[in-house]
Amino acid sequence: MANPTRRALLARLASGKLAVSELAEPFALSQPAISRHLKVLERAGLISSGSDAQKRPRTLDARPLAEATEWLETYREYWEASFARLDGLLNELKTKKTKRKRTAARKR
Amino acid sequence: MFLSESFTLSTPSECEIQVTRDFDAPRGLVFDAFTKPELVRRWLLGPPGWTMPVCEIDLRVGGAYRYVWRLESDGSQMAVGGVFRDIVLRERLVATERFDDAWYPGEALVTTAFVETNGITKTTIVVRYESREARDTARRSGMEYGMAAGYDRLEELLPKLTGEHI
Repeated sequence: MANPTRRALLARLASGKLAVSELAEPFALSQPAISRHLKVLERAGLISSGSDAQKRPRTLDARPLAEATEWLETYREYWEASFARLDGLLNELKTKKTKRKRTAARKR
Repeated sequence: MFLSESFTLSTPSECEIQVTRDFDAPRGLVFDAFTKPELVRRWLLGPPGWTMPVCEIDLRVGGAYRYVWRLESDGSQMAVGGVFRDIVLRERLVATERFDDAWYPGEALVTTAFVETNGITKTTIVVRYESREARDTARRSGMEYGMAAGYDRLEELLPKLTGEHI
């Protein structure tokens, strides 16, 4: 889900069932590469393959996707806020360390 | 440098959740920020309105840690604890994780790795649950408990941090 290609693929599928060739069209990626992304989405239970062996059209499974997206967004927000605080703290620790070094150098 | 853009969140296997983030600091400092109680309680605060009255870390293999968060408005608490299974200083931490109000069966295993390149420390956190069901239950309950800080908090914080950088 963190992968932009996979997010874009899900967005394309939101408008209906599509075959791999159709899905690959707007991307600067080969069909095998697109297939690999689709496999990841399928394993995550977000899409399913049609029975047409040749085209294997993919369908979006909306419910788990909605749940997964909601959860991922919540989790992401929680961690992003915590990490933003950690950035501030690390910056403060680095400044302290530099100051200590300078003071030590002056004493020598 | 926009470190927040380095954030990734993924589910590498059906039992795992992985978070990665780059920090503009040597890995020794990042490791400290994850393992020294006086530093941990400054950033691992939980959602807005929550405080962290308990933050105990006995940093040795077999040593325990315990975090308690408290929602000041109604006094409700949330607590988690576990035991360190493996510690490589400034490099890697492996610890069990179990919340007091067990939302999911069994306990999770959390591996945190710190890799420094040119002064930037990439931190990878992998939480491994005992099963897919456990992971899914954990993430659903986490949401119900409002483990979301929300963008409003982040927005509130960012100008302050940017200010500090200047």
